Amino acid sequence: MSDFSMPSLGADMEDGTMIEWHVKPGDRVKRGDIIAVVETQKGAIDIEIFEDGVIQEIVVNVGEKVPVGAVLARLQGAGTVTAAQAAAAPALAVVPAAPAAAASRIRISPAARKRAMELGVDPAAIAGTGPGGAVTSEDVEAAAGKLPRAEPAVPGAALDEMRRAIGAAMARSKREIPHYYLGATVDLGRLAPWIEEQNRARPITERLIIGVAFIRAVALALREMPEFNGFWTDGAFHPAPGIHTGVAISLRAGGLVAPALHDADRKDLGTLMREFQDLVQRARSRRLRSSELADGTITITSLGERGVDSVYPIIYPPQVAIVGFGIVGERPWSADGRIVSRPVVTVTLGADHRVTDGHRGALFLRAVDHYLQEPERL
Amino acid sequence: MNAAEIRAAVINALTSVAPDIEPGTIRAEINFRDQFDFDSMDFLNFVTALHHKFGIDIPEADYPRLMNLDGCADYVSKNSA
Repeated sequence: MSDFSMPSLGADMEDGTMIEWHVKPGDRVKRGDIIAVVETQKGAIDIEIFEDGVIQEIVVNVGEKVPVGAVLARLQGAGTVTAAQAAAAPALAVVPAAPAAAASRIRISPAARKRAMELGVDPAAIAGTGPGGAVTSEDVEAAAGKLPRAEPAVPGAALDEMRRAIGAAMARSKREIPHYYLGATVDLGRLAPWIEEQNRARPITERLIIGVAFIRAVALALREMPEFNGFWTDGAFHPAPGIHTGVAISLRAGGLVAPALHDADRKDLGTLMREFQDLVQRARSRRLRSSELADGTITITSLGERGVDSVYPIIYPPQVAIVGFGIVGERPWSADGRIVSRPVVTVTLGADHRVTDGHRGALFLRAVDHYLQEPERL
Repeated sequence: MNAAEIRAAVINALTSVAPDIEPGTIRAEINFRDQFDFDSMDFLNFVTALHHKFGIDIPEADYPRLMNLDGCADYVSKNSA
């Protein structure tokens, strides 16, 4: 028997509230299955399980708020479970799953979920009238007068929680990590037209944005310089086994998340673009998975579309580096003895002096630049 | 599709990409970027949703015509079968 605990989904998470179970005692699960949905400071997160087995006991009921590390469920490992044991498992459950636990996730827009929290209405009790039975804000409003009311949440409380969590993580970063910063202006005179050319040849569903090329260039540079890809824990640097680039995604309601694109160095641009599109859409629909929030090995942030020239980002602990991209804009550029107009971007690196120094940081930025000069290698 | 149906379908595409947009709050003449903080990824997802919904191909050169609800409705009515 093993415990399945509330995972830590980053330095800015302290606790979470169980909002849905997708399994019940006796259900067989395999590694990677989404077994629950937990409301965190980063929104509702699909929680994946990390081993095969059979659910023996649901420990935390829907509505309960528990700290990171608290046991959520107990699991019998696949290697030790027989079919007969699996069938008998429900009898072993001490705490049954709450009646509100749904077989599948409630389809509800973030706006409707927020409204439901404000009105103290349980979305699971509402019959949705939106696409695919999704619960809409109108459904919530209509239900508010008919359903029993829970304690209404304070408006903006979720955003306040996220802001508080981000503040705590960033304060810890500034307190503990001796940052250094470097910046380099990179000529995109080859990359920008190459992306346009690619997009002319690609169907609309497979078009690229320049940001995905930035992610790929960073991932490939990390292969050459793994000291920027990993974690500072227990007083030492631990390089990460994979290159999982966290990408900072702003949420329209406020706040941000930085879920990971797994193995970004091993995927071609088309694959990475599809996964990036999916990640952004799910982040903004508050449908991220626990592994995406927990696995980032470096973070990339881009504020260029908001008109920012340069970004001076703060490392997301326990990571040891963060890369920022500013606006892609036409600037005067010296090439072959002439001043020409070129699309350029300023790339910045914030890195941890306990692990690297400015010399290595400069080499890392140079490696990113090299990849951006040779888009065919991306 | 008549003009009202096209407009409703465009709004549907918009909210499928950005579920936190309340249809009743959309201002037809205001740029999506200014109104909803759209970035290039949101916009690409929106254009892709229009492609799926109306079966039209949208070259990148036409993107400036799709910056707000009025522009989208006009573009779709002129380009869909």
